[in-house]
Amino acid sequence: MSRKEWPLWEVFIRGQHGLNHRHVGSLHASDAEMAIHHARDVYTRRKEGVSIWVVKSNDITASSPSEKGPLFDPAESKAYRHPTFFDIPDEVGHM
Amino acid sequence: MEKAATGAILNPVEDRFVSDDALAPAFFEWLCRMGDSALVLGHRVSEWCGHAPALEEDIAMANTALDLIGHTQMWLGLAGEVEDKGRDADALAYLRDALQFRNLLLCELPNGDMGVTIMRQFLFDARHYALLMRLTGSVSPRVAEIAAKAVKEASYHLERSSDLVVRLGDGTDESQRRMQAALGQLWPYVDEMFVADAVDEAVAKAGIAPDPSDLKAEWEETVRSVLAEAMLDMPGPAGFAQTGGVIGRHTEHLGYILAEMQFLQRAYPGARW
Repeated sequence: MSRKEWPLWEVFIRGQHGLNHRHVGSLHASDAEMAIHHARDVYTRRKEGVSIWVVKSNDITASSPSEKGPLFDPAESKAYRHPTFFDIPDEVGHM
Repeated sequence: MEKAATGAILNPVEDRFVSDDALAPAFFEWLCRMGDSALVLGHRVSEWCGHAPALEEDIAMANTALDLIGHTQMWLGLAGEVEDKGRDADALAYLRDALQFRNLLLCELPNGDMGVTIMRQFLFDARHYALLMRLTGSVSPRVAEIAAKAVKEASYHLERSSDLVVRLGDGTDESQRRMQAALGQLWPYVDEMFVADAVDEAVAKAGIAPDPSDLKAEWEETVRSVLAEAMLDMPGPAGFAQTGGVIGRHTEHLGYILAEMQFLQRAYPGARW
């Protein structure tokens, strides 16, 4: 008997208000609503979240590992892009 | 959601019903009905742990089972206080025999396939949610407190089981056939959820709980709309209702559940770990 697998979903959870949703893992589910339910059951059993996003893994377009050089290496030698050349007055405090 | 290990409620609120001697026999019976249905269904659902058809369902069902066992600790804990004979939730769960169990027959029926398990859960959840919602307004503060905790979980159980009924009912030919068969198989057991006897009348008269028959309209509305969305035919009134669970007349299945569930405490009385 052929066994149809449910599609794969990526799960993102916001740990608390004000923080970003973070990727926590993936799971199988028949549709988006069930994916939310499954994510609740699998990833928030210990009250880890206040919000869940799910997205079909197929719908994610990822950069290719083989393009790593052209994509990321050029940024390496451009230290002036880091905002480390400003004097911050003491009164400003922690930024 | 997991529970604290003991389920005991610290600093219980003042509740005159807990020490009302005249009401105690009926109140105790009723609390055992609440606790035992949650316990037996929780145990049944836990039987899927490690065997469910998908990892996600396995975890979801284990969560549901844990929720129900958590409810049991609260209901049977309060039952022990009302009875006032030194029995706690564990003593009631592990050291009573089938004739003293007060669960609905629906809860002890075998898991069958996922169709039966999900349909049984849905039929139970729809009534459980309606009941707990009413109980949050109970005149007994302790009952209202337990219901307020439990209803959040029951609300999620109902959402989950409704969604699964819709997906399996309106799914493949095979899943629809199994869901319709499950519905037919379980239907004779639903009426027991709405039959009132002297125990129900006593706690209803005291304002502790609704009369079970008052829940039927709300339950029917939920079931009718979910089954319609699931493309399943709602059976007509059951010609013969299977009843008796709440007064201790059980199917042959309960004994096997208790044999497994109670073995450790029976063989090694007082064992702890």
